[in-house]
Amino acid sequence: MTTLTTVGLRSRSRLKLVTVEAKLFLRDSATVLFGVLFPAGLLLGLGAVPALREPSPETGGLRAIDVWAPTALVFGMVMIAVQHVPAVIATYRERGILRRLSTTPAHPRSVLLAQMVVAFASVVVSAVLLIVAAWAVLDIAPPERPLEFVVAFVVGYAALLGIGMISAALVRTSSAANQVGTVLFVALMFFGGAFLPRVLMPDVLREVGELVPPGLQALTAAWSAEAGEVTATAGGQPFWLQIAIMAGVAVVTSAIAAKLFRWE
Amino acid sequence: MTALEVRHLHKRYGRHVAVDDVSFTVEEGEIFGIIGPNGAGKTTTVESIAGLRAPDSGSISVLGLDPIEDRAEVREQLGVQLQESSFPDAIQVAEVLDLYSSFYRDPADWRELLELLGLAEKRRTQYKALSGGQKQRLSVALALVGNPKVAILDELTTGLDPQARRDTWSLVERVRDTGVTIVLVTHFMDEAERLSDRIAVIDGGRVAAVDTPAGLVARTSAVQQLRFRVSRPLDESVLTGLPEVSGVEVTEGRWLVTGRGQLLNSVVGALARAQVVAEDLRVDQRTLDDAFEAFTGRAPQSPGASERKAG
Repeated sequence: MTTLTTVGLRSRSRLKLVTVEAKLFLRDSATVLFGVLFPAGLLLGLGAVPALREPSPETGGLRAIDVWAPTALVFGMVMIAVQHVPAVIATYRERGILRRLSTTPAHPRSVLLAQMVVAFASVVVSAVLLIVAAWAVLDIAPPERPLEFVVAFVVGYAALLGIGMISAALVRTSSAANQVGTVLFVALMFFGGAFLPRVLMPDVLREVGELVPPGLQALTAAWSAEAGEVTATAGGQPFWLQIAIMAGVAVVTSAIAAKLFRWE
Repeated sequence: MTALEVRHLHKRYGRHVAVDDVSFTVEEGEIFGIIGPNGAGKTTTVESIAGLRAPDSGSISVLGLDPIEDRAEVREQLGVQLQESSFPDAIQVAEVLDLYSSFYRDPADWRELLELLGLAEKRRTQYKALSGGQKQRLSVALALVGNPKVAILDELTTGLDPQARRDTWSLVERVRDTGVTIVLVTHFMDEAERLSDRIAVIDGGRVAAVDTPAGLVARTSAVQQLRFRVSRPLDESVLTGLPEVSGVEVTEGRWLVTGRGQLLNSVVGALARAQVVAEDLRVDQRTLDDAFEAFTGRAPQSPGASERKAG
């Protein structure tokens, strides 16, 4: 009986934590704008440039936006995983919010969990918005291989979040979290091939890019096999090997983050 | 019944001894003050009681439970208001209370707490938009939202203006009247004196004294002074013969009498017998500030010079 009430209590307070974290997320307009709405907006913006809507022989008869669409998705994922989440956690620690929670029957772990649930929901929303906008406005077909796409998305996001959590574990202040987050954002976007179209990158960079979360090449290939062929490297890894690499990155980074994490 | 018992608490951080040897007991329904200079070990003691720190040696019992071993149960029964803890900027007053109340098995009605703390009109206000006093009251509300039997309030009124301090004090008394045992950590003497039934003076990681506020003052047995003028000429020997009086000085008609114990009663009585009235009588009364200084060798901080620092 006691166990039952305790379980009921826990699930009630967990639900409340997720609700509150979701409200706080929605009140943070910069994150909603850049993390959730920006990827779709960016793709639509580029789609408004006529040249990018012209089929080109260089890209196997595809339009530039067809090849580039998954990259817009990566923007939102990276933003949430390495900038937003670590900044929130660092703030919670810096301001004694985690410490205050430790004095209640709730464990501070539960607020981190709620935070991650909300962050993941936000990247899913961002992805759905992007795919729908691409389909409805730019006539980019939704992912051809939905299952592979979902796997590449979830595993790729987990790998990014692992890196974000190492940052959250190491930084002492929220401003340090923001600085580290910006550096990580630029690095991941560059090596992931989001600043330069992967088509234009030297082979070395493209190959590195296959090891860099969230694994843009796997996402591109799962979305559209044709686009995947255009961006693939000569010595490119097969799809499932790329997924395995991302899963490995996710496991290793999460383990490191858990080891280094401090509650205060 | 004993609500809280601390026995030979010892806690060090590396080579730094934060708490050397602290023991005290708090009875149920009491307001128990803990005073001491910055760095005396007050906050570490409180954090150990709250189960945030594991003592290196010694034992703590909260309502018969161990804060580390019986972690979950102690957290149900003990409300804590910590120094230097806050809440997310964008969270609303009602949201944070509702959330925290969901953590507890048998929470208080947080809507009633809002009324009690005068925050009812602020229920939809975000944390960042609250004034210092309102944040402090919210923090007290959150310490009480779990319906605790014991509440620890650490540096309750630091940073508040005088009116907000007085309001918070009467709030603490109302809370005690509902049967909650309160441990009040403060470095303000007026606060400790006004609220506490008993006070522990902690200095250098040890308990220097535990007594009622009046008891602490009396134990310092410091020298008292009376100043007055007399209504008609009087011979000094009328007063110098009194056992409480240790010195009499008269300069230009002003009398300065020093002594100990029941000095005022004894001097006024002797003057009355001599049919002399003391005019402009002033008593330099001993206060808790003097007791604090006597026990710790340092002057207490005044509320004006408030500074938030871990103790």
